[in-house]
Amino acid sequence: MQKILIIIRREYLSRVKNKTFLLSTILLPLMMVLFIAGSVFFSLKSSESKKTIAVEDKTGKLSKFLTSDTVRMQFVFNAGVDSTNFDKKGFDGFLFAVDTSGRHLLLKTIKAASIETMERLKNKLNSSYTNSRLLEKNITVEELNAINTASANYFTIDNTDEKNKNVNAGVNSGIGMFSGILIYITMFIFGAMVMRGVMEEKTNRIAEVIVSSVKPFQLMMGKIIGIGAVGLTQLLLWIILIFIISLVAGAFLPSDVMSQVHQIQNNPGMMNSNGAQFSGLAKGIANVSTLNWPVILSSFLFYFIGGYLFYSSLFAAIGSVINEDPQEAQSLMLPITMPIIFGFIIMTSNIDTPDSPAMFWASIIPFTSPIVMMARIPTGPPLWEIALSMSLLIGGFIFTTWFAGKIYRTGILLYGKKASWKEMIKWIRRS
Amino acid sequence: MPILEIQNLKKYFASQKAVDDISMKVEKGSIFGLLGPNGAGKTTLIRMITGIFYPDSGQILFDGRKFDPVNDVINIGYMPEERGLYKKMKIGEQAVYLAQLKGLNRKDAMEKIKEWFIKFEMQSWWNKKVEDLSKGMSQKLQFVTTVLHEPKLIILDEPFSGLDPVNSNLIKEEIYKLSQKGSTIIFSTHRMEQVEEICDHIVLVNKGEKILDGSVKDVKNNFKENLFSIGFDQIPSTNGTAPFEMVGTRDHSFIVMIKEGNKPNDVLNYFLQQGASINSFNEILPSLNDIFIKLVEGTSLSRQFEPVNS
Repeated sequence: MQKILIIIRREYLSRVKNKTFLLSTILLPLMMVLFIAGSVFFSLKSSESKKTIAVEDKTGKLSKFLTSDTVRMQFVFNAGVDSTNFDKKGFDGFLFAVDTSGRHLLLKTIKAASIETMERLKNKLNSSYTNSRLLEKNITVEELNAINTASANYFTIDNTDEKNKNVNAGVNSGIGMFSGILIYITMFIFGAMVMRGVMEEKTNRIAEVIVSSVKPFQLMMGKIIGIGAVGLTQLLLWIILIFIISLVAGAFLPSDVMSQVHQIQNNPGMMNSNGAQFSGLAKGIANVSTLNWPVILSSFLFYFIGGYLFYSSLFAAIGSVINEDPQEAQSLMLPITMPIIFGFIIMTSNIDTPDSPAMFWASIIPFTSPIVMMARIPTGPPLWEIALSMSLLIGGFIFTTWFAGKIYRTGILLYGKKASWKEMIKWIRRS
Repeated sequence: MPILEIQNLKKYFASQKAVDDISMKVEKGSIFGLLGPNGAGKTTLIRMITGIFYPDSGQILFDGRKFDPVNDVINIGYMPEERGLYKKMKIGEQAVYLAQLKGLNRKDAMEKIKEWFIKFEMQSWWNKKVEDLSKGMSQKLQFVTTVLHEPKLIILDEPFSGLDPVNSNLIKEEIYKLSQKGSTIIFSTHRMEQVEEICDHIVLVNKGEKILDGSVKDVKNNFKENLFSIGFDQIPSTNGTAPFEMVGTRDHSFIVMIKEGNKPNDVLNYFLQQGASINSFNEILPSLNDIFIKLVEGTSLSRQFEPVNS
């Protein structure tokens, strides 16, 4: 027992003291924040840029239906430009009818127009057309405006779960997806780290020196636990860093959004009746802070450790049977990486239906459960499913560790040719 | 009393009988040579003695008791043929780590390592990484980590390969000293000339079986072919009634094989009667190398894989 602690200590310190550890710990949250900030920045920027469009209006209908707004679009009718010179005259686009009915229009632009722009144009025309048809049916302009204002938010819809908490399906599945992806990535990173560590010991022939002092199983477990501790340390540092960075970033959020958030949090009842008054962003932030974070974080920790233990011993077994050539690893790794990728695919394609049979089975079977169940946790699956999934995962990693330990014991001292899965099964039977 | 006794040890792999019914005794304080061509089963045998492999059958007695890998490894120091160290780890830390795995506490380990480093003039290496060392230097480090915990039994697999004569002698001397202090040393090698001068007792294995066991002196005597070399001032003539057969001549000496029933004195008398002036007379004992080749000859050079039925 004492010896395994010595091994864990070495495995942990030799990696944590490494410069690449420090670098990846700082860079990843920084890159994530930059990525989010960048995408927010660009989405704001693109929606704020105002477009000026020249319209050729032969029928006179278009000038009636298209009204300029101050923020997004401005129209200039019959500006004396054509499709060849609109850009030189300072227009972003040129809109004209391509058939005699005047109903089929073409927007000519220098760069492809966004879907958003096209939809907005189409909606402007069609709703103006609807309005004009209604006005023809002897409805007054006042009546029409009244109908339009009322019907825009006539029905509102929110969702509450059994525990009568406000939930937002989008935010929940977003958090779930994020946790699932994080587990998926860390399983690969730290699994591969275990495999490389074992390969290093084998190719440097130090394994033989060490297994004359400790049991191979102790060496394997020491490495797995040591690297697992590295993973936890890194994760913890990431969480702390992201927390600090988001605090700093929070200071830069528009103040009206933050005041709306506080309003929602202080007076949850408001949200159901007057939800529409609040911006989507404020609603999102308010929902994030009403999620059951202790449950999410503790199950994340569980599935991170469980998934890591389940797969890392298998990665160790593979590291033990291959020789100098890392290429050899590819074919042997396939049966191990396949279920991980499979779990990832199930999660991403079914995230909107967290209770579907595919999600259920994938979240119970330990090969995929760390990724898939983690993605389901924020949406509140039944307690018995979580309990079953967790106990199967514990049983699963005890089995894989036992299984891998047998392969490792033989493989680590076997030089020469690469072993096939068939031979490894034989080793397990023999010992 | 033997420190190590092996009884009918067997280890079969899927394609080979690696160790097939080997028994031997290693006396306490002796320097023991485990010899054999490549692939004879030496490494497998050693791996069983060091507790890395479990034997299929047979028994290992360590210090008179049944060998218990978990508790006895502290008394064994093993340096494998392929040197193994963590390349990226600092040398001092590495030595401490390996000593701790042998059961030494940190403080004792540090003290002993410093002693050895001074002895081998390695003090300045402490903070260097293994990848910065030459092959010979890392060999010395490996030797230090093997004997650091003062094991009762030290097993060295090809300890001198890759070492220059100066460092070879340095390590050879340390091995003598350890042996005088009471440690038992097992050498595993296929380089016979090295064994000849240091070992008290040898065992020769081939194809997983023991084919020779005895002290170096006894083995040589058993394999002597009654060959003598006689040096002359002037080459004498010989006739048919000599008590020996000529094997060869070198510029001023004969190499002769004494016929059965005759003694060295008969040969000397024969030449003295002829009035030859003899200036040297030596028995030619076979070198271990010759014996080795003689015994192993005829068996194919590389070991073939054979199916194992058991």
